[in-house]
Amino acid sequence: MTSFNSVHLWTSIVVVAVCAVTGDVLTARAMRRVGDLDQIRAVAGLPGAIRAVFAEPNFTFGIAAMTLSFFSLLYALAPPAPVSLIAPATASLTYIGNAFVARTFLHENVDKRRWFSVLLVCIGIFLIAG
Amino acid sequence: MKHRLTPQQYGILLTVMLTAAVGDTLLSHGMAQVGAVNLHHLGLLFVALKNLWVVAGILCLIGFFATYLTALSWADLTFVLPATSFSYVVVAVISHFWLHEHISVMRWAGILLIVGGVGFVSQGPALTEHPAPPSEPRSVDDKDLNDEPVRRVAAPVERHTPRTVREVRS
Repeated sequence: MTSFNSVHLWTSIVVVAVCAVTGDVLTARAMRRVGDLDQIRAVAGLPGAIRAVFAEPNFTFGIAAMTLSFFSLLYALAPPAPVSLIAPATASLTYIGNAFVARTFLHENVDKRRWFSVLLVCIGIFLIAG
Repeated sequence: MKHRLTPQQYGILLTVMLTAAVGDTLLSHGMAQVGAVNLHHLGLLFVALKNLWVVAGILCLIGFFATYLTALSWADLTFVLPATSFSYVVVAVISHFWLHEHISVMRWAGILLIVGGVGFVSQGPALTEHPAPPSEPRSVDDKDLNDEPVRRVAAPVERHTPRTVREVRS
């Protein structure tokens, strides 16, 4: 693989992961602001819960970022890209990126237990896809 | 206090895993019947929507997204993602028994690691408890309308009395 191809490959992997992390974190932030959906559904029914979710701007931005991540993944997977590398690499980078960003942006307590499980899942994804 | 999940919430996490795995597998099976889609044959995407497997897969993935959002409304992102990564294992098992794909030793090792990761994260708290912002101590003079018992604070009254109350007194 030439250096250009390698740079192109890893750039597309990072772009997919960044878009996916942005989408996940914005969606999680939106749901945190909306509150417990089970309780909202119990009071306002399913239409009320759907309205509450769609009224949250973070949700719209999150869906936009997820859409961008999906199409950039399609672009990254275009032949002759190595699917067996791109799929687990984007998934693992997304897991790790989510842990970093959730700690700083969502103020989640990412303790050693969570880091260790993220690590196990990332290695597991590589082994399954390999 | 550690935030623990109710059996119903564990059921939602299980639904997230199963709908993601089954949805992906159904889509894969359906798209294998439809054929390869590329930029020159985008019309095949509309043909795919007539395939029952694809439609069933899309319905499953809609169910996945709804339950995923529900889980995010009462649990941390860094809890939900590893906890639901078990769907990778379900996909591998379905592929083995339904699509008759071979699972190598490396894949079984990967499955074991993911199961370990899920087991680890599920033993911890599901939600980060943020301490409530400290409320302003009230003085003896600041009785509210509910006639609740008022605590005497050690600090000088003027220092802790809200500005609006001071203005009314003066």
